Amino acid sequence: MESKEIILRTVTKLAIFIILAFAVFLFLAGHHNPGGGFIGGLTVASAIILLLLAFDIKAVKTGLPIDFKVLAFVGVLIAVTTGMGAMVFGASFLTQTFGHVHLPLFGETEFATAVLFDVGVAFAVLGTALSIIFTISGDIQRWKR
Amino acid sequence: MSCGVPMMNNLVILPLLIPLVTGILMGIYKNNLPLQRRVSLFSLAVNFGVSLYLVQWVAGSGIRILELGGWPAPFGIVLVLDLLAALLLTATALVGFACLLYAVHSIGEDKERHYFYPLFHFLLVGVNGSFLTGDLFNLFVFFEVMLFASYVLLSLGGTKIQLQETVKYAVINTLSSTLFVVGIAYLYSVTGTLNMAHLSVRIAEVGQAGFLTVVAVVFLIVFSLKAGLLLYFWLPGSYMAPPGAVGAIFAALLTKVGIYVIFRMYTLLFYHQPEITHWLMAVMAGLTMLLGGIGAIAQWDIRGILVYNVVISVGFIISGLVFATSDALVGAVYYTMHDIVLKALLFLLGGTVIAIAGTGKIKEMSGLIRSHPLLGWMFFLTLLALSGVPPLSGFVGKVLIIKEGLSLGSGHRGFYLLAGIGLVSSLMVLYSLLKVFINGFWGETVLSTEMEKGTERGLVFPCLLLTAVSLFLGLGAELLYPYVDQAIITMLNPGLYIEAVLGEVF
Repeated sequence: MESKEIILRTVTKLAIFIILAFAVFLFLAGHHNPGGGFIGGLTVASAIILLLLAFDIKAVKTGLPIDFKVLAFVGVLIAVTTGMGAMVFGASFLTQTFGHVHLPLFGETEFATAVLFDVGVAFAVLGTALSIIFTISGDIQRWKR
Repeated sequence: MSCGVPMMNNLVILPLLIPLVTGILMGIYKNNLPLQRRVSLFSLAVNFGVSLYLVQWVAGSGIRILELGGWPAPFGIVLVLDLLAALLLTATALVGFACLLYAVHSIGEDKERHYFYPLFHFLLVGVNGSFLTGDLFNLFVFFEVMLFASYVLLSLGGTKIQLQETVKYAVINTLSSTLFVVGIAYLYSVTGTLNMAHLSVRIAEVGQAGFLTVVAVVFLIVFSLKAGLLLYFWLPGSYMAPPGAVGAIFAALLTKVGIYVIFRMYTLLFYHQPEITHWLMAVMAGLTMLLGGIGAIAQWDIRGILVYNVVISVGFIISGLVFATSDALVGAVYYTMHDIVLKALLFLLGGTVIAIAGTGKIKEMSGLIRSHPLLGWMFFLTLLALSGVPPLSGFVGKVLIIKEGLSLGSGHRGFYLLAGIGLVSSLMVLYSLLKVFINGFWGETVLSTEMEKGTERGLVFPCLLLTAVSLFLGLGAELLYPYVDQAIITMLNPGLYIEAVLGEVF
């Protein structure tokens, strides 16, 4: 068992960082280019699913002690709250705004409130996708027994 | 001031945001049941207050819109609050409160732990969103929100009958949603817009020629499936399966959303060829009332009788739309509000009877009125109100719709027939519900208090609340009439709706 999975596990340990970095890249690209919270969240989810394939569900759960159902709800809450934030400033619900800031390393950088909304979307997608995977795998564990 | 106006308009979205945020919070605090119960009820009470305020606000200052994200009307998505929507929002919040109160006492801890409260609130998000939206695709999205919540609520508990009916319900609704998207695609390809006000302008410009009328009929099929207008074959089974509180909220709201959308679509968009679309609706409405009535009479199970009563009222409301005079529309809107309250009440009472007797078969119960007088008299009052006995709430709507039908009858003979069927259907309602009353409440008391399967404790108060509302709808008709009268002005003059959304330009 151990010997068969050694290649997968070794590759996974390396690949996971590449996938997560790519997820962050996709997430940040979202505002003007293809990408965004949805696809960023899905990519993170795919990284964790790869972990599940290479290791077992117990190891992943001890490494990531998060209730993904709650994470999904929190994500939606963040998204809705950013929408309501606009209402505090007297604009319509979901109105977004942006500004440019000069950062030392990145130069002229654009900050948009839509990114906050996207954080919520990413959490919601990540939470939902992993809840589904964990629920299905939980069922299989029960069948095996 | 320029800052103040959109601030005010943000009020429009509150009936949507309140259940949404509550639902999310209930999902996060999944295991704290006392908190969930209290916050859920509080949220619905707040929603009711907000809706009442919105009714006053819109009645005073006309249609209000909210351009989401600040994107202007035909390009962005708008929420449109007119008086019709505001009235229905109020009825929804009220009925939601009563059903939730009933659910708190009856639904059981197991279901409560499995996201009952979040789902209930998400269902309300879908319903309120459908009332508010001014964009056709957005309407589809809110329909889906509502349906997804209802799929889970229907199957929650996982008994055999529930799962069986959920499969049917999910399949038929997926089919109708697919047709919905197809219809939207057709409409978009012809008109190039999905904003309902803009659509109305474009359709009026090109005239509702053959192709657009076909699209109108496609939409009629879609919403008839949702509302249970003639295409109600899926409805009795799936409304009978869930527990009392869920059945009540389904019966009160889900079909009414379909009816509301039919109101909107055929007074705002497709009103140019009534000889095709409205004629079709007339036939469907007549058949719905007749077949629903026969179904209700044939049933010997209390739940079966109640679900067929839902079907009958759909046909009756749509016949008000078919007559399409201002009085008939007032009647239809009034009857819709009455029906939202009364169907919830009827299902809650039915649920209580079943909880006490432990069975739904009316031949197996008898003499309940001796041990449960309050329940019995509320049921009697409800059946009188539903069959339209004055001065109770069903009377106003029935008299207006049937009066208009009869006065139009000299022009179109068919309208005599439709009004006649409307009258006969009232008798069928009366007969079918009296059957429950006579078998269940009269006669020897076979169940002694010790032998009862459940108690009515906690279940009677929500019913009392709704009975009081029903009495108010009937006795306070004078008070409510001006609002309903004003609500149908937008239905008669699509121009007002268009002007509110798109401004003077169009």
